Amino acid sequence: MLEVNGLRKVYDGHGRRVEALADLTFKLDDGEFVCLVGPSGCGKTTLLRCVAGLLRPTAGEVRVAGRLVTGPPDGLAVVFQEYGRSLFPWLRVHENVGLPLSGPRKPGLGKEALAAVGLAEARDAYPWQLSGGMQQRVAIARAIAFEPKVLLMDEPFAAVDAQTRADLEDLIREVWRRLGVTLLFVTHDIDEAVYLGQRVIVLSASPTTILDTLDVDLPAGRDQLTTRAAPRFTQLRGRVYTHIQQARTS
Amino acid sequence: MKALKVIALPAVLFAGWWVLSAGSKDFYRPPLRTILVAFADTWFGARIADDVLPSLARLGAGYAVALVLGIAAGVVIGRHPAVRETVEPVLEFLRAVPPPVLVPILILVAGIGDLMKVLVIVSGCVWPILLNTVEGVRAVDGVLADTCAVYRVPPVRRMVLRAASPQIVTGARQALSIGVILMVISEMFAARSGLGFTVVQFQRGFQIPEMWSGVLLLGLIGVALAALFRLVERSVLRWYHGQRAAEKQH
Repeated sequence: MLEVNGLRKVYDGHGRRVEALADLTFKLDDGEFVCLVGPSGCGKTTLLRCVAGLLRPTAGEVRVAGRLVTGPPDGLAVVFQEYGRSLFPWLRVHENVGLPLSGPRKPGLGKEALAAVGLAEARDAYPWQLSGGMQQRVAIARAIAFEPKVLLMDEPFAAVDAQTRADLEDLIREVWRRLGVTLLFVTHDIDEAVYLGQRVIVLSASPTTILDTLDVDLPAGRDQLTTRAAPRFTQLRGRVYTHIQQARTS
Repeated sequence: MKALKVIALPAVLFAGWWVLSAGSKDFYRPPLRTILVAFADTWFGARIADDVLPSLARLGAGYAVALVLGIAAGVVIGRHPAVRETVEPVLEFLRAVPPPVLVPILILVAGIGDLMKVLVIVSGCVWPILLNTVEGVRAVDGVLADTCAVYRVPPVRRMVLRAASPQIVTGARQALSIGVILMVISEMFAARSGLGFTVVQFQRGFQIPEMWSGVLLLGLIGVALAALFRLVERSVLRWYHGQRAAEKQH
């Protein structure tokens, strides 16, 4: 569903060359949930922007459903880290969710999506009247209503408090299971990556390469208490942690 | 209480003018009482249709053209750095030319009719609108632009104009007061009707109370237009003021 082949990105400007992405190749199957985790400043956002067609790679290619990405591809939605800046402050919550939609299904899709993220009551509020966690729920609802085949999430919970974060993580697991969407989730949080994903791709520091790919063989039904206490969770977490430590020191 | 504060100073000034001018024998500074009598005699009659409305119509036309031109050009210039670099020196020059000196030139080009007067108003009003629109468009958040690209939202109509609206409104407010000034000035040259024309006529005919009443009327028109502007601003920028108030609370 999503293929990244030999992706490389070099920023060139003001006499300085910064190699953000060295060489990345990976693949997501249809309906797979993959987390990308790496040390901060490892070019995760650059990678995501290349995949979303918002940034042109220096070399290599991205394919979504077999088609080469040259601009934002059809059927791809993004939930950005900066929820406060990705919602339209002059539109009410339901207008934000409905803005990308058209046709007779528009009202129904918007309503369902808001109900799915638990915000049916807040439909007439403006985004800035809501807490950070609720704003990110609106952004998630907008992505759900868009009915994407591929959903990209760029550190979506980096700016919310721990309790909200746990709630949103479970929400995302549920949304993914219900919609059968292919999900690429970028985070710097090792626990979050292992808790959420079916597979975790560990990235090196910039210029970025793939250090390791591991299958998360935890049961599909996960919850914050038992999953995080399971010995296998600790084991996987330890393996990712070791890689990232190596990446930071080398 | 608030209404009282708004009224207080104008009331004091008005009363002061009334009392201090009451016994005036000075031909050029008649008592306010005389001016008010002249006001009623002069302006409550045919002059509304003959002079006041044509002036306001020209102001309205010039201001509307300046708004459309300024916003349209501002969006183009703000979105395309190459265009901005090319036109910026020319804009700086044109902006520095005081619009009243254009009157003789515009008379040569457009004659002495309404067209010339409207063009004078346009030539002054367009700059603050244009420059503020450029700044507003340039400051549009990159995350919002990415959001539009991913979700297939037409960026200019749905996002750029709204995101830049606080700056556009600032420019429009400055342009309105410039417009009133130029409305009067354009009528002081080669005119047969209008407020500026009438005030000058009165002065030349030594109809001093009538002249003063014209100045008073212009002041009142300015206040009324500013109040109207605030009304429009409040509805256009409700989201912006709400968002700013919400940010202050956090």
